[in-house]
Amino acid sequence: MIDIRNITKEFDGNPVLTGVTETIRKGEIFAIIGPSGQGKTTLLRILGLLQKPTSGEVLLEGKSLTHVSETDPVRRRIGMVFQNPIAFRESVYHNIAIGLWYRGFGKEAINEKILQKLDEIGLSGYENRKATTLSGGEKQRISLARIMVTEPDILILDEPTANLDPVSTDIIEDLIRYYNKELGTTVIMSTHDLMQGQRLADRVAVMMNGRFIQSGTIFDVFTRPCSVDVAKFIGMGNILPGKVIRKEEGMSVILSHGIEIHAIGDIPVGTQIRMAIRPEEITLHTGPDRWSSARNVLFGTIDAVRPFGIISLISVKSGELTLSVQVTWQSIRELDLKPGVEVVLSFKAPSVHIMPEENDHACL
Amino acid sequence: MNDLLTGIETAFHLILTADPEVLNITIRTLQITFSSVLLSTIIAIPLGAAITFREFHGKKALISVIQTLYALPTVIVGLLCYMLLSRSGPLGDLKWLFTPNGMIFGQTILIIPIMAGLTIAALQAIDPIITDTIRSLGASRFQFLKSHLREARFAIMAAVIVGFSRAISEVGTAIMIGGNIKGHTRVLTTAISLQTSMGNFNLSLALGIILLAIALIINLFMGFVQNR
Repeated sequence: MIDIRNITKEFDGNPVLTGVTETIRKGEIFAIIGPSGQGKTTLLRILGLLQKPTSGEVLLEGKSLTHVSETDPVRRRIGMVFQNPIAFRESVYHNIAIGLWYRGFGKEAINEKILQKLDEIGLSGYENRKATTLSGGEKQRISLARIMVTEPDILILDEPTANLDPVSTDIIEDLIRYYNKELGTTVIMSTHDLMQGQRLADRVAVMMNGRFIQSGTIFDVFTRPCSVDVAKFIGMGNILPGKVIRKEEGMSVILSHGIEIHAIGDIPVGTQIRMAIRPEEITLHTGPDRWSSARNVLFGTIDAVRPFGIISLISVKSGELTLSVQVTWQSIRELDLKPGVEVVLSFKAPSVHIMPEENDHACL
Repeated sequence: MNDLLTGIETAFHLILTADPEVLNITIRTLQITFSSVLLSTIIAIPLGAAITFREFHGKKALISVIQTLYALPTVIVGLLCYMLLSRSGPLGDLKWLFTPNGMIFGQTILIIPIMAGLTIAALQAIDPIITDTIRSLGASRFQFLKSHLREARFAIMAAVIVGFSRAISEVGTAIMIGGNIKGHTRVLTTAISLQTSMGNFNLSLALGIILLAIALIINLFMGFVQNR
């Protein structure tokens, strides 16, 4: 539906976008994730026709959007909600009605649509309230209703919940899902909240240094990051260097810090690689129990215990290799885990994700 | 001190008995001031909006010039308008010198800079997200302008009030262009100036109180509108 072709954007000679290419499909929720200051907002503003790219092109159903005028009707098919909740200095009713007035709807049609939207966003009865006196979450719901009442084909959301409390965030997320499902609105959003990306999106793209470094389904990106940068950003943990030394029973055997680790993956023997193992996928034992089913078993000593609320990260040294393991607060007490205790770590081969080293900073 | 008290007493007497001359001067003052504020509003608000929303070379410099003209001395406007409107001047054919029309002309020129400047400031103070939202909703050029002016309406009203206050209280232009002709171009400020020089402090004071009362009423009205 939307073809983004090699978009670049410079501000006063500073490159912000360095070549973004992607196809966004009709009816999907597409989330752009990535650290702050990597160009997410700029890209969304270009897609929302609020800014022009320095080079490259955006096509909507094959038609170029790059040079549309300030008053082109195509603008009315694309709506945008911004990061900071704002409201016009008007009543709630007026705030939602603006886009309908612009489109010349009659009084009764407007009235009906607004009452319906107020109901959907859970603010029925608020129509005569001054919108500027409402909370950030309420303002953001109104911003969403203001755009959705005009029934755009494409909804662009720039970090829509970045400034909201968790309850308001839930409400906004439910509304995004609702409009996507009920109205079939294509949603393009940015978020630095990885969990939000996973909760909402059909597909995600990771933006780093002004371009998409990886895009795909939630499962692809969050379990198979293509580079160390992506792996770090999505919080893989335990990123280690190594080399594929042989293949064995359809698995790759990796040598890392003198220890052999089994992994799934079709990277050729002899390649320098990086591997990532999620700390939550490693099991920690203190005695000779059921570790034998896992492909990888390592013996080590606890180096440090770092508490993170109810979950703690324990770092275990096995020879030259240090691995972080997630353990509950309860296990720490029951097993009396503290530095110096000898433990056994086990994890399955599919839990080890491997990436070629040459992909370190670029993989698309 | 006694003079002041007698003055105030006389003032209220003149006001309450609707002294014909006082009434005459007050009505003319209001006519002239409202006319120049109206004219200036029609010119200054679109001008301010055009300067705010258009990008052109020398925009910042132009805004600086407008801001400098906030302090435009009334006597300089008087002098310029006198030269423009005098029989041999470029606008001499209008025969506006020493007429209320001439005074309206002068006061309009006097208050355009401050009203345009404050309109620019009011529009520039709008959150850029409001502007983005208006654009994103697909506003036409006219709708874009209308929504912005509406959003800045209180600040723009303040600009109009400041223009009104400057127009009603100035004396330089009024006396140089109007000439303080009794029953024709005499307004509150020029009358106060004349009566004071003639030693009629009571009448001066009465006129001064009326002037302040008008300003107070206008401000109360605006405050009421803003709080609505």
